[in-house]
Amino acid sequence: MTTTKTENTKIAIRDLNLHYGSKQALSNISMDIAPKNVTALIGPSGCGKSTFLRTLNRMNELIDNVRIDGSVRIDNVEIYDKQVDVVELRKRIGMIFQKSNPFPKSIFDNVAYGPRINGIHDRKRLEEIVETTLKRAAIWDEVKNDLGKSALALSGGQQQRLCIARALAVDPEILLMDEPASALDPIATAKIEELIYELKQSYTIVIVTHNMQQAARVSDFTAFFYMGELIEMDSTKTMFTAPTKKQTEDYITGRFG
Amino acid sequence: MKRLRRKVLGSAVVGLSGAAAFSIVAVVIVVMATIVVGGKDTISWEFLSTPPREGMTAGGILPAIVGMALRVLIMSIAGVPVGVITAVYLSEYAGAQSRLARAIRFAVNTLAGVPAIVFGLFGLGFFVQFVGSGMDTLLSDGTDLHWAQPNLLWASLTMALLTLPVVIVSVEEAIKTVPQDLRAASLALGATKWQTIWHVVLPNSLTGILTGGILAVSRGAGEVAPILFTGAAYFLPRLPGSLSDQFMELGYHVYIMATQSTNVDATIGIQYATTLVLLTITFMLNFSAIFLRSRVRSRQMR
Amino acid sequence: MNQTPPVSMNFMREDRKDPAPPSLTGNTGGMSGAGNGNVTGFTTQGLRRRFRWDEFLAEKLITVVAFISLAAIVMIFVFVFREALPIFFQPEKEETAVVESAEEETYGEEYLGEAHRARSEEDREASRAETAGSEGRATLSNLAGTRWQPVSAVPQYGILPLVVGSLKVTLLSILIASPVAILAALFTASFAPRWAKEVLKPAIEILAGFPSVVIGFFALVVLASLLQNLFGYEYRLNAFVGGLAMALAVIPIIYTVAEDALTAVPRYMSEASLALGASKWQTALFVTLPAATPGVFAAVLLGFGRAFGETMIVLMATGNAAMLSLNFLEPVRTMSATIGAEMAEVVFGDTHYTVLFLLGAILFLFTFLLNAAAEVFIRQRLLKRFRGL
Ligand SMILES: Nc1ncnc2c1ncn2[C@@H]1O[C@H](COP(=O)(O)OP(=O)(O)OP(=O)(O)O)[C@@H](O)[C@H]1O
Ligand SMILES: [Mg+2]
Repeated sequence: MTTTKTENTKIAIRDLNLHYGSKQALSNISMDIAPKNVTALIGPSGCGKSTFLRTLNRMNELIDNVRIDGSVRIDNVEIYDKQVDVVELRKRIGMIFQKSNPFPKSIFDNVAYGPRINGIHDRKRLEEIVETTLKRAAIWDEVKNDLGKSALALSGGQQQRLCIARALAVDPEILLMDEPASALDPIATAKIEELIYELKQSYTIVIVTHNMQQAARVSDFTAFFYMGELIEMDSTKTMFTAPTKKQTEDYITGRFG
Repeated sequence: MKRLRRKVLGSAVVGLSGAAAFSIVAVVIVVMATIVVGGKDTISWEFLSTPPREGMTAGGILPAIVGMALRVLIMSIAGVPVGVITAVYLSEYAGAQSRLARAIRFAVNTLAGVPAIVFGLFGLGFFVQFVGSGMDTLLSDGTDLHWAQPNLLWASLTMALLTLPVVIVSVEEAIKTVPQDLRAASLALGATKWQTIWHVVLPNSLTGILTGGILAVSRGAGEVAPILFTGAAYFLPRLPGSLSDQFMELGYHVYIMATQSTNVDATIGIQYATTLVLLTITFMLNFSAIFLRSRVRSRQMR
Repeated sequence: MNQTPPVSMNFMREDRKDPAPPSLTGNTGGMSGAGNGNVTGFTTQGLRRRFRWDEFLAEKLITVVAFISLAAIVMIFVFVFREALPIFFQPEKEETAVVESAEEETYGEEYLGEAHRARSEEDREASRAETAGSEGRATLSNLAGTRWQPVSAVPQYGILPLVVGSLKVTLLSILIASPVAILAALFTASFAPRWAKEVLKPAIEILAGFPSVVIGFFALVVLASLLQNLFGYEYRLNAFVGGLAMALAVIPIIYTVAEDALTAVPRYMSEASLALGASKWQTALFVTLPAATPGVFAAVLLGFGRAFGETMIVLMATGNAAMLSLNFLEPVRTMSATIGAEMAEVVFGDTHYTVLFLLGAILFLFTFLLNAAAEVFIRQRLLKRFRGL
């Protein structure tokens, strides 16, 4: 399926199955995700992209009645092992949601949230972290003069970049993004895409998108999901120029979905 | 002919139900107006700030106001945290199918339906007779009656139990309006459950907690039955100085003045005025609770 | 789309090489929490499950506190019944005689006519004779008796007049409140223009917020004389005045629950009826109201429970004479009022005290059953509304 070698794999998924109650949402997924690359997940609505994304930081555990089996290894550590602390795991994986969800607090407090829950209360230190991460999320210039302002007063695109900054502030290695730009206008979307391009220098990024152009623009690898199965995964170039499966081709060329 | 009959019948139905509705409005207005008219001339700063005099036929109602305030304060200190924590348990910790949660919900519902006077009996049987006696035995070998008597503390705690369901229900309602997105955001950042509750859920439920507190206070301020024999005093011009003192209380004072005073007719002005003060206080409390609640609800809509 | 060669260090790590590192986490010891041996990166060691004391304590503490409601209801049950229990295991001991003059200290009596006064004297004589054998003890037969004279030389603990008294006032209040409240609810749900709703709803909220002692006061001071002048009956305070006052307390409950039930009737039902050419009132009367019957019924049950347990209103407005009669225009003494009026004066632990707790236990059980029955008829949401939210 994929060509990545083991030493070049950040996340290795093997035979992953997920059931919501009696309904199977993911069937036998095996996939390798390369470090410091952008991997795009595409597929028609309801095919399990978000569900899959949430298995990578164990957010599915918040939902009642979920059953998961299979293996997910990050840097060769099995994250579904009983010995693994889910809180520690999530500290190392940032997640960006489809709908931007800043806390109803000030911009500063939003970014400082992660550091604070980790015990950093020194104001100077927090200020440094907030500034670095806001810069990294390419929103510093827009907000530097009103860090005390409510985050809810920002525009949608700004809110989303703030959420990215908030995730970066806990210094994760992996970023999971679930349609981060789907609610944004083209200009805001372009900014997010630019940001993703910057961020992949340092982070392993997995992004769900409905937008084929976006997948083509930002990702290095693309995985196509259909009805809970991974149909095909390859380098984005290959996927968009010479997919091996007919379903993939149909979807990419817009013949269905 | 038939159409005419239908028309008449129709107007009758609408008219009758409308009359019923507006008779309620009228009654509310009449009751309020009567009490306002009857009491307004007696109310003065002096009335509010002095104790009763001359066998309660003159003077003010200060001890009763202070007594009510203290009772309500202690009640809130004891009851609101318990209510908030129970609501947090029900909405954040208990699973949807949890038996314990179902039992607690059932208990809360039952508690809400127990008559106030039964709470009074419980306060007497449990706090005064059981806990109070126990404390006396522990603290002074049971030789003198100190805690095993009706007092401010027992009355307030009894009231705290009575108002507990109000707090729980309104806080739970507020907690439910906190978007799931925010919880997810916090958890995804590696916050623990408790951190998420403390930093995200509770701050965003503050209005609801406040509403619950105010509703409890207003409910508590209006209830007299539970304190009839758990701490209220007939006449006690001195302000309560400790938790083990008895106290005068506004609602109880209305009851006493209207039914047991030596000269009911001579004190009618005082009675009206006392009632007016009580009504004003509960009215203001209810009004602010309704206002806050509508704000919580409108957030729910969004 | 080439794969980037693995970068040995990301810039976050490079940051840490700065002289004054704006360090975000991890190795420099800050963010990952002081001293818990945290390591960044995905290592077995770093991800190892750890025990968090604060988390553990918070959860346990919260669970324990949540138990309080459960404990409270159990304790209410236990303590009310515990104090009532001795009734059934009454030892054969003589009651210390109580001063005769202290009997029936009810201010309601001042309004009793001479005829009644005489009658109750006779009663007392008769009772003295007939219960000579079981003086002062609340035997079961004594409890089932028709006389409530707990504070006399020969105490009588017949709770029948009190039970009947409670039922009388409650029934009366329900009979008055239900039609008004249900009609008003129907009006709000089906006919009322917006402005009318905006007047009605706050009025109901205000009425619901009236302390019962205020309603009792109004009944005692205003309503009683007004009605007596109007109808010219004998006793100023009686079951009718009490029932009417009680109706004021019950209307908001019935209204709120019934209105909720009526508005919860699916739109398509009324729309179908309207589409068939039925008029608005026909739809309301023959479609909406029948569809909401369970909720309306529950509303009445809840009102009944509330009225049955209510104390201050009856204590102030019913005259408080424990006579067994079905006449609604005679004074009446309810169970709750009896507890309220007498509990403060009794000796802890004696028969009178115990019987009052028994009355409380009956009240508790009865309202509990009513609430449970109502719950069968309505959804949880409606119940919440009734419970003041
Ligand atoms: N919490 C849940 N409980 C039960 N079933 C769920 C839950 N969440 C998702 N599902 C089901 O699992 C399947 C996959 O859902 P998922 O949200 O992962 O799809 P998706 O690919 O992200 O779709 P979209 O592109 O619309 O976001 C769907 O059929 C959905 O109905
Ligand atoms: Mg999705």
